[in-house]
Amino acid sequence: MNRGVRRIFVLVIVLFLVLMGGTARWTVFESDKLDKNDLNGRLALKTERVPRGTIRAADGTLLAKSVKQKDGTYVRHYTAAAKQASQLLGYAYTLAGLSGMEKVHNDDLTGKVKSAATLLSAIRGSNTKGDDVISTLEPKVQQAAITGLNGRVGAAVAIDTKTGGILAMASNPGFDPNDEATRAGRKKIAAISGSPSINRATAGQYPPGSTMKVVTTAAALASGKYTPDSTVSGTSPLVVQTKPLSNFHGEQFPANITLTDALTNSVNTAFARVAEDLGANPIADMMKNFGFNKALPVDAYGLASGVRDSKSHDLLPIKDDTVDIARVAIGQERLAVTPLQMAFVAATIARGGDKPRLSTVQRVVDPDGRTLSDLGNGHSAGRAVSQRVASQLTAMMEQVVKEGTGTAAALSGLRVAGKTGSAEVGGDLVDPWFIGFAPAEAPRVAVAVMMEKLPNATGGVDAAPIAKAMMEAAL
Amino acid sequence: MILRRARDLALLLPASLLVAIGFASVFANNTGELSNLSLFYGAGFLGLCILAHLIATIALPDADPYLLPLVAVLACFGLVELYRIDESLAREQGTWFIIGIAAFSATIYALRKDYRTLRDYRNLIALLGIILLLAPRIPGIGQATNGAYLSVVIGPIAFQPTEIAKLCLVIYLASYLADNRQLLVQEAKGPFGILPPLKYLLPLLAVWGATMVMLFLIQDIGSAIMYFGVGLAMIYLATDKLLYPVVGLSMFAVGARVLYEWRPTIQRRVAAWDHPLDPTTYHATGGSYQLAQSLFSQADGGILGQGLGGSLLQLAPPGPDGSLNLILPAAQNDFIYALIVNETGLIGAVGLLLVYLLIVWRGFKVALVAHDSFSKLLAAGLSTVFALQVFVIVGGVTKVIPLTGVTLPFVSSGGSSIVANFILLALLLLVSDRARRDTREDQERARGGAWR
Repeated sequence: MNRGVRRIFVLVIVLFLVLMGGTARWTVFESDKLDKNDLNGRLALKTERVPRGTIRAADGTLLAKSVKQKDGTYVRHYTAAAKQASQLLGYAYTLAGLSGMEKVHNDDLTGKVKSAATLLSAIRGSNTKGDDVISTLEPKVQQAAITGLNGRVGAAVAIDTKTGGILAMASNPGFDPNDEATRAGRKKIAAISGSPSINRATAGQYPPGSTMKVVTTAAALASGKYTPDSTVSGTSPLVVQTKPLSNFHGEQFPANITLTDALTNSVNTAFARVAEDLGANPIADMMKNFGFNKALPVDAYGLASGVRDSKSHDLLPIKDDTVDIARVAIGQERLAVTPLQMAFVAATIARGGDKPRLSTVQRVVDPDGRTLSDLGNGHSAGRAVSQRVASQLTAMMEQVVKEGTGTAAALSGLRVAGKTGSAEVGGDLVDPWFIGFAPAEAPRVAVAVMMEKLPNATGGVDAAPIAKAMMEAAL
Repeated sequence: MILRRARDLALLLPASLLVAIGFASVFANNTGELSNLSLFYGAGFLGLCILAHLIATIALPDADPYLLPLVAVLACFGLVELYRIDESLAREQGTWFIIGIAAFSATIYALRKDYRTLRDYRNLIALLGIILLLAPRIPGIGQATNGAYLSVVIGPIAFQPTEIAKLCLVIYLASYLADNRQLLVQEAKGPFGILPPLKYLLPLLAVWGATMVMLFLIQDIGSAIMYFGVGLAMIYLATDKLLYPVVGLSMFAVGARVLYEWRPTIQRRVAAWDHPLDPTTYHATGGSYQLAQSLFSQADGGILGQGLGGSLLQLAPPGPDGSLNLILPAAQNDFIYALIVNETGLIGAVGLLLVYLLIVWRGFKVALVAHDSFSKLLAAGLSTVFALQVFVIVGGVTKVIPLTGVTLPFVSSGGSSIVANFILLALLLLVSDRARRDTREDQERARGGAWR
């Protein structure tokens, strides 16, 4: 029997080693991940004992501040201007945890309460104060976006092309971040239809429609096989992979239009032919150049854009055999992009092919008024296309706004470059898009606007005017 | 003799140091100064440990000298943490310790002649165990927590019958198996050629059946693992055949699978265990909120911990009625391990587990030196069930297995647990005393014989 006793003891040792391993898993290996989990109230709870820094817009408008309570703790208060950018700004409450900018820049806002010693003093109530954050957000531009969306579900983004700062990031429907403080308020938010807490600008996944033709055109021009004046055929329909592919509303175009004309009038069949001619590789490479298939260089949570498996929603390699490249080229297939990605494409072309490093924060200022870090200062994130291709594309996109599908985005006295998109998403429902930038000769602002499932909408009629208003507000 | 007594008392030193340092740091962390009151608690509690130690060394002079000091380390550690949560919990725990030590002494006194008389009462003990197990389902006194029926409430006293029932099971099995092990090891060919005849499989089937009924009735995965585990271990010990645990484990797997399909409560618990950080299960009633909070506080502890009294435990100061608004729920019983990890880190947790392992090791040592099969089975069974209880609760808190609300022996607050585990300790010491005395007397006789 003694042999059995020893064996069971060995088994007990093994079981206890498993317990130690289990403990090590949470205390060491997954500790950071758990500390930052959205459901973990500890971070907010700890920081509730420290007054968080204020968040202000670029023009100095107050967005969020901490107000001292009777019991000595602090509670976050958000202003009316903050409510218009609720998802970007996020919130910081014990009950709801942290989200948005409050989460990404938590270390700044709490004055980097990190070491155990400062933490203990913070919990005991001794005062450390967080740093103030000056965001890149321009309330005028944000207001233009919200007014333009006018309650419709969708998102709009404006980027300062010089600095890469996010001037506006609107996502409809929004919510009042102050409601996250209480259970009743959280119920109220949960009752808003259309998932208000999702930041559609960074995490919405939509077919880009014809705005994708900008990327396809970039691939065509960069290949050396095409110039803006190359002729292509616009006849419709075209059979691609046994299924017919038509122009919007079945419109016919001549068999010898220029590539510029094809972009100006958004001719699907012409671009499908270009894509079949180029093959998958140049288009896939160009998408990667423009930042598809991986997270964008931005200090905000978001999803990558690319072709996704329809069941698992995993990103597929664009060169995958199952991907229909002709349809990817015109923004269909299983292509799912974020509005921020398309604004990024526009901003990159506006910068002569140089990708911007995006930022939602301009400066961090400590309680004594010293500037600690200057973030939105125009760092490059690498080159997507050559200067030559970028200027050819700019000229072509100007044509779109001058006499093509995007005339509604034209600004008097300024040259605007743009591209519309009208992604058909079933029945007569359309996701209308517009991406663009202005002034075309010396760009300062790039925008992307999209809305979800509007009946019989088009990018030129529904999205372009919003983009126009945002660019107007920014210039 | 005096020298040995002195050594025995010196063994209590680790526990004393722990109490002193623990109280000091909890206090320093909470108010920044030490008070007489906290030292009084510490001293009083240590006095109790010394008392128990004296009772044991006087009544059972030959018993294993390490078991009680090791238990004292656990108890003192637990007391520090309970004091850290709330002063009144520490006071309650102190009271229960007095009752526990009374039960400990009573057990030793009642069985002072020969604990092996327990063998004769096995059917009565089994019946008592079954009644205790089913008691939580009796309307009026039974109470469900998270869908598991684990406690009985009579008047002001809440009581977890599983704690006492586990002792009944071990005593019954030790007695039954000691009498019938010959039957079970016979090389008879039963169904399928490899299994023993059906009637010899009966004890296994009985334990399995009881476990499944329990799983079905009280819907508690952890207790089922605990009971079935100790049953298999004892059958294996009695027969020395690996076939039994292998067959048993497969039966358990099949049974658990069937019950899983059948009982939505179990499905919910498994789902909560599988995805504790999924917002749906997190927010669901009876979902994974507790487990998620447990993981968060362990992560907060990291390798070295936040220091005794340094964890973030309360959302707000206690309410006017003294109600505690705890961020880590049930920190004083089910989740005390998470609190310990939060405050003492991985280092402290490993230390705590090592103390448990030492106790289990001493327990198995008792089984090794015991002379008859009943004593061996009893000591090994008690040690195994003790180890499994630690595994079930720590495993649950660390998401190794689905969570069950059993207590962490000698550390968690909870009267029934303290009383039951003190009885368990008394039984182990009784077996140990007898075994070591017999050995000693044998040696003396042998030596005497040589002289003659």
